Amino acid sequence: MIEVLVKSVIQLILLLLVAPLITGIIRTLKARLQTRRGPDIVQPYRDILKLLRKGMVIPNTASWIFSATPYIVFGTAALVGLMIPMTATDAPLSLFGGVLAVVYLLALGRFFLALGGLDTGSSFGGLGSSREMTISAIAEPAMMLAIFTVALSANSTNLSEMARSAVSQSWRFLAPSQILAFSGLFIVLIAETGRIPVDNPATHLELTMIHEAMLLEYSGPYLALIEWGASIKQLVLMTLLVNTFFPFGLSSSWMVSGLSLGLVFYLLKLFLLACCIVLVETTNAKLRLFRVPELLAVAFILGALALISTFLF
Amino acid sequence: MNSLPVGETFALGLLAYTVGAFASLASWRRPKLARYLCCGSALAGAVLEGCAAILGLLQGTPVRWSIPSGVPLFAYSFSYDALAGFLDLTLAILVAAVAIYSFSYLKEFEGRRNIGIFGLLFHLLLLSLTIVFTSANAFLFLIAWEVMALAAYGLVTFYHEDPEARRAGLLYIIMAHIDAGCLLLGFALLTQASGSAEFSSFHAAAAQLSSSQQAAAFVLFFLGFSIKAGVIPFHIWLPAAHPVAPSNISALLSGIVIKTGIYGMARIFFDALGVLPAWAGVFVLILGVASAVLGVLYALMEHDLKRLLAYHSIENIGIILMGLGSALIFRVTGHPQLAALALIAAMFHTMNHAIFKCLLFLGAGSVLHSTGTRNMDKLGGLIRPMPVTAFCFLIGAAAISGLPPLNGFVSEWLTYQSLLAGFGATGGLTRILFPIAGSMLALTGALAAACFVKAFAITFLALPRGAESGHVHEVPRSMLAGMGWLTMACAVLGLGATWFLPVFDAMTEQLLGLRVGTNLITSNGLVLSVGTPHGGTVSTAIIGVGLLILLVPTAFLVSRGARRFARTHGPTWDCGLPGLSDDNEYTATAFSKALRMIFSALYQPRREIQAVFDVSPYYPKEIHFESEIEPTFEKRLYAPLQGLILWFSTRMRAVQAGSVHAYLAYIFITLVVLLLLISRQ
Repeated sequence: MIEVLVKSVIQLILLLLVAPLITGIIRTLKARLQTRRGPDIVQPYRDILKLLRKGMVIPNTASWIFSATPYIVFGTAALVGLMIPMTATDAPLSLFGGVLAVVYLLALGRFFLALGGLDTGSSFGGLGSSREMTISAIAEPAMMLAIFTVALSANSTNLSEMARSAVSQSWRFLAPSQILAFSGLFIVLIAETGRIPVDNPATHLELTMIHEAMLLEYSGPYLALIEWGASIKQLVLMTLLVNTFFPFGLSSSWMVSGLSLGLVFYLLKLFLLACCIVLVETTNAKLRLFRVPELLAVAFILGALALISTFLF
Repeated sequence: MNSLPVGETFALGLLAYTVGAFASLASWRRPKLARYLCCGSALAGAVLEGCAAILGLLQGTPVRWSIPSGVPLFAYSFSYDALAGFLDLTLAILVAAVAIYSFSYLKEFEGRRNIGIFGLLFHLLLLSLTIVFTSANAFLFLIAWEVMALAAYGLVTFYHEDPEARRAGLLYIIMAHIDAGCLLLGFALLTQASGSAEFSSFHAAAAQLSSSQQAAAFVLFFLGFSIKAGVIPFHIWLPAAHPVAPSNISALLSGIVIKTGIYGMARIFFDALGVLPAWAGVFVLILGVASAVLGVLYALMEHDLKRLLAYHSIENIGIILMGLGSALIFRVTGHPQLAALALIAAMFHTMNHAIFKCLLFLGAGSVLHSTGTRNMDKLGGLIRPMPVTAFCFLIGAAAISGLPPLNGFVSEWLTYQSLLAGFGATGGLTRILFPIAGSMLALTGALAAACFVKAFAITFLALPRGAESGHVHEVPRSMLAGMGWLTMACAVLGLGATWFLPVFDAMTEQLLGLRVGTNLITSNGLVLSVGTPHGGTVSTAIIGVGLLILLVPTAFLVSRGARRFARTHGPTWDCGLPGLSDDNEYTATAFSKALRMIFSALYQPRREIQAVFDVSPYYPKEIHFESEIEPTFEKRLYAPLQGLILWFSTRMRAVQAGSVHAYLAYIFITLVVLLLLISRQ
């Protein structure tokens, strides 16, 4: 009991600290690749701290749903982060929720975020909510197929068990099924974190906004919580990818030496995945909204092929 | 332990319903008294039936009793076993809520409608439902089934001045009789094989059935039960009939009446028909997937709140069938543990769906009660005048979307786990079916979440659309109490799922011959697991507590900060135009536009825009907009069928010449043929 609490606190701190860093790295890398100087890597921390100390404006039309949403988005993302192995195979709360709980807790956050968008009465909010729910609905089957593939090779939906099984056969990611599942999940990651070519995190143009449109009326600490929650969600999904497919350096215990080595490896893997994301973001243009289903259909087919190849090879 | 008065309590409950039926009819001239009698006896019956179910669970052994009727094959046999008790418990939970809700809800009937007749039909429905769940004789079952259909017909057409209700009632009664016909044939087959109409005799007789007879019986029963359950493509009556009934009745129709189909499948497929071949399970699984996905896709296009909920019933029946189908497959392929897991998933979802769907229909009823409209595009902003209704509806919406830590999540989690296990447990092409079904379940869940974002947000949030939402008020306390009771049930069954699961032990033992409850619960009853050594685990209780631990300090810190720094209220950004109005808002139709475009192959949407302008088309004076989607099943499947029947009937008209001589000739020919037949034997 105490052990779980201590582990949770450690991982929570790690989660809260690393999440904005990854956002910063992606932004800086992207700027450099586009031959801009771009903001500092620590800019997201400054943004969050600044927003937390600002006043906020609540729309007159909004109800308590609007105010509850930032907490729920932040809370679900943080809770999910405790169920996922970051530096050690043994995640603090992995016993209490596996990958299905992760998917559904993130859905809970999204459910409220969409409600918050509609609560303001602005057409931007409705537009964002409608698109967000649509895209996530289409991404869901692809995500579940890819997750099923990984869960089948581990014979469990428990994330620690999945990581442990990956560690025990660390070159498994070379198997065709794993490569296909990884590719499918990567597309889903792009869609779920609202990145180009599905959504543009930097835009505020009504034709292209998805995620940003829902947050348009949020300000101050509420906005900070939502942004922080979104970056934690991004970190969680990236962690899911790097640690279930490339388990290198995952510590099998919570000893300090193992953890610190694990942390180095973990950050390195995250950095590499961030590079991939940046590469995709820079070399692609944003897709038209109605072309996104085609991209996600590709992810679905990759997932289906991954499954079929688990019993063919 | 055999001393618990299960049968007595059960019989008293039946008596309460019977008394309610006649007492409310007898007092029809005094509406207030009729209302109190109707709701009071329903509540008493629900409490008694609930007690009977709990006593039955405590006792653990089935209680059976039989009163001979003097007619061959027919006896008043009841069997109060685990399956019957479980459904009776679900029914009791729902009836308690509906009875409390109706104390105030029926007030608007006073002086306008006959509460006596309503009470009679309502109690007949409850009585027949209870007997359907507990009867152990095929004929008693069929009689109760028929009474249930007729009582439901009476209630669906209760607003009989409404042509829509009459049309829906007609469609319902036709479909109900097709299903009753199928069941009659199915039971005739079984009764012929066993020589008795008692359910207990079927199991032994099933061994003597040839495989084609077994298949025929399966198809007949599946057809009968799936029409009642609203499985696609036999669903067309459901979205027509459920919304037009009074809201408290819609809640029961979608909550429990369609579950009689699920009950029948569990009873017949797992017990009476012997071990069914794998194709039967595959068939059930595939139809389940189709119902789930198509049900939610049609729900998304609805802007009538009650029709939307009715389509979600089809979706959830699909999810239940995924569990049932998997259980059938696992049983024949020799994985009793997995079969038990899948069966628990299906039956738990049956109860959960009954609870949150009843809650949502009662919520929709409250909205209809205070605003007078079911059209979401005319609602909005109801969270301010109706905060409690909005909260209850929100919990119901989160539960039906399968969001943790509520009850819908637990049963969907169990369904996922049984589908996941199916891949390893089966061979050949069947195994690929399971992950595909799992991904379709994920699609269904995400689309359901989208649909309930729409249903809740358009109805309860933002600015009121149109005049209807202007002068609304919160509904009376008893209606809130009815909804509150179900809201609590959603939370308790979600957070306390591990403590509830042992209830299924007796049921799996009865239907599959093993108890798995203890395998599914680990870590001092806190964690739900799939029962394999390293399998998946989840704990809704810990998720709930964890969310609370993370939310409370954050909320505390932020609200302290907000007190220090300014927290002001201002208008929503309106693009610089003067004032945000309800014209700016997204409507239900607008919200689902993206999905309508993506799935246009299914919907075949048709829209018509006509602009009226004076000078230039760029400055229209008014715009007429019309949009509709194609009712595929009605148009492609039922319309040709209807045409065929009409064609056949027209041909048959030639026989009915209207001349007495011709009829005399028919009688003579029939007589001769019959005599020939008899003399040949």
